Amino acid sequence: MPIKKMNREKESNNKGMTLIVKTITRLTVGLILLYGIYLVLHGHISPGGGFAGGVIIALSFIHLMLAFGKDFAFKKLSETKTHILESIGALLFLTIALLGLSGGYFFLNFLSRGEPFKLFSAGTIPLCNIAISIKVAAGLFAIFVALVLFKGLREE
Amino acid sequence: MEINLLLLFMIFAAIVAVEIEDLLSSVIAMGAVGLGLSLAFLILKAPDLAITQLVVEILCLIILIRATINKDLPLVKDGRWLFNTTATLTFVGLFLIFAYFALKDLPQFGAPIMRVAKDYIASGLEKTGAANLVASVVLDFRVYDTLGEATVLFTAAIGVLAVIRKVGRINANKKNE
Amino acid sequence: MSEYILCLGLFSIGLYCVLRKRNIIKIIIGLGIIEYAVNLFLILIAYRTHGRAPILDKAQDTLNIVDPLPQALVLTSIVIGLAVTALIVAIAIRIFEKYNTFDITKIRRLRG
Repeated sequence: MPIKKMNREKESNNKGMTLIVKTITRLTVGLILLYGIYLVLHGHISPGGGFAGGVIIALSFIHLMLAFGKDFAFKKLSETKTHILESIGALLFLTIALLGLSGGYFFLNFLSRGEPFKLFSAGTIPLCNIAISIKVAAGLFAIFVALVLFKGLREE
Repeated sequence: MEINLLLLFMIFAAIVAVEIEDLLSSVIAMGAVGLGLSLAFLILKAPDLAITQLVVEILCLIILIRATINKDLPLVKDGRWLFNTTATLTFVGLFLIFAYFALKDLPQFGAPIMRVAKDYIASGLEKTGAANLVASVVLDFRVYDTLGEATVLFTAAIGVLAVIRKVGRINANKKNE
Repeated sequence: MSEYILCLGLFSIGLYCVLRKRNIIKIIIGLGIIEYAVNLFLILIAYRTHGRAPILDKAQDTLNIVDPLPQALVLTSIVIGLAVTALIVAIAIRIFEKYNTFDITKIRRLRG
C-alpha cells in the first residue's frame, strides 16, 4: 500500500494504535481468518472443529478492531450484522436437525457418508461445524463489542 | 511425569494469581494457568481441546483486562482476618476429606473404564464417516449436548447485551426529561 | 494417583479464593481456576497410558485410543465457560458503575 494513502488514513482516522501495529495487522489478519476457516472445514478429519474455528474467526475481527478502532471494524462486520449472523447460525443448526426428520428422527445423519479421510465425507457433520462456527464467531464478537464499547456515566 | 511438573507449575501460577495485590498481574497469572492447561491437554492426547483452550484463554484475558484496566483499587484487610481465614480453611479441609473418600473409588490413572466409548471407537468410522472421533461424538452421537450448548451461548450473549444496555437507555431517557 | 491429588489441590486453591477474597475480580479468577481444575480432572480420568489421540488414520488401528467421550463433553464446557465469564464481567462492570467499588462487603452495606 502506498505511503501517501496510509498517511491520509492516519490523518482522517486517528483512532487505534500506531502505524507499526496497523501495518502488521494488515499482513496478519487475513492469515488468521484463513486459519479459522481451515479449522472449521477440516474439523471432521483433523483436530479443530466448529468451536475452535469460530473463536479464531472472532479473534481475527477483534484483532482488526483493536488495531484500527471501531469504525474500521464495523465497516467489515457491523453490530446489526453480528446479531443477524448469530441467529442465522442457530437457525441453520436447527434446520439441519429438522431435515433429519424426513428420514426418520431428529438429527439423523441423512446425507451419504462418502469416502472416509476425504474433505467431502461424514454426511451432515461438516455442515453442523459450519453452522456452529458462524454462531460462535458472531456471538463472541457481539459480546466483545458490547463489553468494549460500554461507556459508563462517569466515562462520558 | 511431565503432567506432574505441569500441574505443579499451574498450582504455583494459581497461588500467585490468588495472592498478588495488583489486579492486572493477577489476571495475567490466571492466563498462565490457562496456557499451562492447554499444554496439559496436549500431553494427555486431546489436541482438539488444546487448540480450543488456547484461543479461549486469549479471548478471556482480553475481556478480563478490559474489566480491570483503570480500575485498580487497593485491597484492604478487614479486622477479622484470623476468623475469616480459619473458617475458609476449615471448609476447604472438609471438602478435601470428602474428596479423599471419592478418590478411592476412581479407576487408576491410565486405565479408564470405557463402557460406552468402546462402541464409539469400534463403530464410529462406519456409522458417521468422520475420522476425528471427538467430532463424531460431538456432532453425531451426542448432538443434543451441542444443541444445549448453542442455547446456553445464545442466552449468555443476550444476557450480556441486556445487562450492558438496558440501564443506559433508562438513564438516557432520564437525561432527556 | 498423584495427578488426581495435584488436580484437587488446584481446585482447593480456587475454592479458597472464592470463599476468602472480597474483590469481585478475584472471585471471577477463582471461579476460572475451579473451572480449569474440573476440566482437567475429566480429561485425566479419560487418559490411557501410552494411548493415542482419538483421531483415526488410514491404518484403521483402533487399539489403545484414549476415551473420546469426556473430551467431547469438555469441548462444550470450555466455550460455555467463556460465555459465563463474559456475563459475570458484564455484571461486575455494572456493579462498579453503580457503587464505584469492587468490594462486596461495601455493596452489601449500601443495599439496605
